[in-house]
Amino acid sequence: MTTPTTVIRPKKIFSFSDIKEIWQYRELLYFFTWRDLKVRYKQTAIGVLWSLFQPFITMVVFSVFFGGLAQIPSNGAPYPIFVFVGLLFWQFFSGALSETSGSLIVNQAIITKVYFPRLLLPISSVITKLVDFAIASLILVGMMIYYGYAPHLIGIVLIPILLLITFMTSIGLGLFLAAINVKYRDVRYVLPFFIQMLLFVTPVIYPASIAGKYSWILAINPMTGVIQSARAALLGTAPINWLLIGLSFLAGLVLLIVGTYVFKKVERYFADII
Amino acid sequence: MSNSIIEVKNISKKYNITHERGGYIALRDVLTNIAKSPFAFLKAKTKQAIGLEKKEEFWALKNINFDVKKGEIIGIIGRNGAGKSTLLKILSQITPPTEGEITIRGRVGSLLEVGTGFHPELTGRENIFLNGAILGMTKKEIVQKFDAIVKFAGIEKFLDTPAKRYSSGMYVRLAFSVAAHMEPDILIVDEVLAVGDVEFQKKCLGKMEEVTKQEGRTIIFVSHNMAAIERLCQKTAVMDNGQLVFLGKTSEAIQHYTQNVAVNTNATNLIDRKDRKGNRNVLITEIDLENESGEKISTVRSGETLTITVAYKSKKGKEILKNCQFTVSVKSLSGKQLFVCSSELTNKQPLDMNSDGKIKCKINNLPLGKGKYVLSALIRVNKDIEDWIEDVAIFEVENGDFYGTDVYSSYWEGESVLVKHSWENN
Repeated sequence: MTTPTTVIRPKKIFSFSDIKEIWQYRELLYFFTWRDLKVRYKQTAIGVLWSLFQPFITMVVFSVFFGGLAQIPSNGAPYPIFVFVGLLFWQFFSGALSETSGSLIVNQAIITKVYFPRLLLPISSVITKLVDFAIASLILVGMMIYYGYAPHLIGIVLIPILLLITFMTSIGLGLFLAAINVKYRDVRYVLPFFIQMLLFVTPVIYPASIAGKYSWILAINPMTGVIQSARAALLGTAPINWLLIGLSFLAGLVLLIVGTYVFKKVERYFADII
Repeated sequence: MSNSIIEVKNISKKYNITHERGGYIALRDVLTNIAKSPFAFLKAKTKQAIGLEKKEEFWALKNINFDVKKGEIIGIIGRNGAGKSTLLKILSQITPPTEGEITIRGRVGSLLEVGTGFHPELTGRENIFLNGAILGMTKKEIVQKFDAIVKFAGIEKFLDTPAKRYSSGMYVRLAFSVAAHMEPDILIVDEVLAVGDVEFQKKCLGKMEEVTKQEGRTIIFVSHNMAAIERLCQKTAVMDNGQLVFLGKTSEAIQHYTQNVAVNTNATNLIDRKDRKGNRNVLITEIDLENESGEKISTVRSGETLTITVAYKSKKGKEILKNCQFTVSVKSLSGKQLFVCSSELTNKQPLDMNSDGKIKCKINNLPLGKGKYVLSALIRVNKDIEDWIEDVAIFEVENGDFYGTDVYSSYWEGESVLVKHSWENN
């Protein structure tokens, strides 16, 4: 007979059983994601089209002002496609970050009434944003055809790695903020501002080369590596810098570990303080 | 291996009451405090670190021990704030205990609220899946039971309507129906039956009974509804002030509860009661029940005159209290509100009162049947609740000549309201 035995003790130390638990609850993870997507588009007139509309308009506005009027260099690629590659990853990152950090507060009614691994909520937020990313990528495919870029084989291999880095970075930072947000609600006021600042220190609207000999400072930000490499792989603006990818991966991993650690440390008490 | 399905050993739960104003702390405040007085902050932190700091501690649960065997239905009763809900939250892993250990052998389903995770934008069909998944059902299980859930709730026609368009009754029915179809080994149920109409409550109780009898499921059931507890549970635990004060046969437990716990009569000094709500500038100091001749009593007959005297005292010196309203309400032991007597209803002008005194509420022709009843008292000044004590006193009603016919009502055993009426032969 296989009766699952649960022992409830004052404190649980992080262990690999947590990962096993998330796997056991994968259906709930699916339902959370499904709910978020479904609810988001239920009351909107054009529904899923928003996922296309938003990045597209941003790209157009940026191209007109930054590419056209301000003449920001784009390493030889047409500015619209140059900025769109950046935007695609940036919007995945910033969207995932803000959704993750608010995920516990939004679901507090559930947290105080039912047990499930709390990590499911932030994870499902990121997956929701990944779906948006996938939809918005269609625009990129269209633009690549329009501008006549053929993807390299290496580019197609590299994209999942870059997505993984973005995933680790946003969820790592997001878990950290989500845990703080439970106690200090200032986070939701600071975050939009913080994300806006981050946009300017990440080479989304400009190439990293613009910073000259200080561009290494930008490299601390894992999103720099992601966006630079995505451009290199898809548009061939520069040779792929494997060292940069490695560094970004490492930085993302560190953020993920720190974020998970902080989250797990306060997780058990969410229901008491939320 | 023992044959207990749940073993609770020395469970205690402590809460630190650090921020009185409640809600959440703003990081801004913490930071400004540090900036303003860095030394005070450091001192507090060091004190905290070496454990000198006097924190206001509150033990919501203290040394709870009990075992539950497979197939048992255990009821838990106790006053508000006795720790019932905290215990259920620990059992369902929502919050960890501070001390102790619980071993659970089996899948736990907890139902602390009806319709957890229901989303108003989603349709009934979608909500069944979402709610089911949140309650721990697999997708396969939900698909299997889908038709049964819909039928039980009786919402076939509205399956594809968003839940926000449901009447509250439909909402509750659907939510409960999903919950009733969970199949965990152990089901933990909080006061969820309090919602919904009586008919549906009965249906749910029936369903729960059926399930336990047939499939040997273990249920832990918290309720104020003594009738439901009596009907469902063989054993019942009584909780008071975070402690388990009685565990045994349900009938004995209910007796213990009504005699010792329901109204905290051992702490005779009302002034010592801590479970008050309101601003507490004016406090209720004493509640007395008197009969027609002004004698203090604890038992009264149906149809007699009952006078409830509320003594109060203001904390703000001798100042006259303007615009006061006094309210006492009567409920049955099972927690059902029966009626309210309020000066707001009887006096057009609000009362101006001395800072310290007594006020009497006279009920003519007491319209209550044989049984035990519980009083709550409330004082408002300028519409603000100053003091509100629930379950402030208990009294017993014996059969009496309510109808003036010398015939005592024998239709209903247990607490009920009597109404004067007449029959006319046309």
